Amino acid sequence: MEGIADMGGTPGWGPVQPPRRDEPVFEEPWQSRAFALATLSGRIAYGGVNLDAFRHALERLDRAAYLNDGYYGRWLNGAELMLTDSAILAPGAIDARARNLRGERVAEPPIPEPAVPDYAATAEGSLRPVATAPAFAVGERVRARATPVPGHTRLPGYVRGHTGIVEIVQPAFVLPDTNAHFQGEHPQHVYSVRFASRELWGADAEPFALTVELFESYLETTS
Amino acid sequence: MTTTDGGAGGTLPAALRTEALEQLLTERGLIDPKVLDGVITTYETNVGPLNGAKVVARAWTDPEYRRRLLDDGTAAIEELGFSGPQGEHIVVVENTATTHNVVVCTLCSCYPWPVLGLPPSWYKDPAYRARVVKEPRTVLSEMGLELDDDVRITVHDSTSEVRWFVLPERPAGTEHLSEEQLVPLVTRDAMVGVAKVVAP
Repeated sequence: MEGIADMGGTPGWGPVQPPRRDEPVFEEPWQSRAFALATLSGRIAYGGVNLDAFRHALERLDRAAYLNDGYYGRWLNGAELMLTDSAILAPGAIDARARNLRGERVAEPPIPEPAVPDYAATAEGSLRPVATAPAFAVGERVRARATPVPGHTRLPGYVRGHTGIVEIVQPAFVLPDTNAHFQGEHPQHVYSVRFASRELWGADAEPFALTVELFESYLETTS
Repeated sequence: MTTTDGGAGGTLPAALRTEALEQLLTERGLIDPKVLDGVITTYETNVGPLNGAKVVARAWTDPEYRRRLLDDGTAAIEELGFSGPQGEHIVVVENTATTHNVVVCTLCSCYPWPVLGLPPSWYKDPAYRARVVKEPRTVLSEMGLELDDDVRITVHDSTSEVRWFVLPERPAGTEHLSEEQLVPLVTRDAMVGVAKVVAP
């Protein structure tokens, strides 16, 4: 989907952060709690591990919820969104409790009737063997589909409509576009597709190559 | 569940909101704080870039292992005991004097946890995610890595569950060092491709 999470090539972010030696895994204690809570909240909200649904929750956050408290703030807000999606928590429950924790006296919303999706992964992880042969071969020219996808997808905006070469035929994986919406795993082959920088960014681009993993249904032949 | 945000987030401090969430889930018996502690300990102490450094040092000193690593990264990494979440299918690419690979995830911050642990700040930063796929030479220069003009750069955007791991170039002047002595030289940044390993 269009949105803040699809960052590749977007302007206005300023300089990158220089790497720091001995950076702690978590800068502040709450970040480690938020990390672990988000990991477990997915299972509570969805009845099982669904990484695609988690990533979709992150990309549905508004700009402030996505950015303001950094990566683990994003995970915290993604956890809240998953838990309210499934009515494990009422909207506003976290804020009300947080206010009470700091000494305010506010009414907390009642616990709603949970509506957890009827979901179970068919196996652990995301790799799934498929009986069909890969549709594209190494060296083949392919074009990334240009049509925008309203829901979850792992087809980044900056490669849409552009042509590249299949570099590696990867194994088949669960299709995020359907799995994120609990519409089945529909595994497909994945292709590492190599794009030239000038194909993506125009004649003035720095010379370099870029590979992106694209699911079979994201691709079309160019002939 | 295709609607946009239903109001997640807020203006209260993240630390306070995190404490509130933990309390709400704990008092209903949905989580056990001890389980949270266990998850945190795993990623603070057991899973980190030292794992990847061991893989690199082995590859630098054992040509057969290097071949296996480049041929089937997942299996070769598992030989050293490293596997788990975010490491189902790892592809290893080699940096040399003339080719340079650098890894990003523009859509979130996918990263090969079993070999590198959780990602550092710069990897998760919007500026890195947005810019390294468009102007990698400039970005690497800002990060302190100047590459000669004739070095070919390939950026790998981790958009699926495939994870990328960079085998850095072994620096000149380390020929006399053992595998164990090489391990501490290998940095996380070199295994993502934003730095080179330097001789001591």
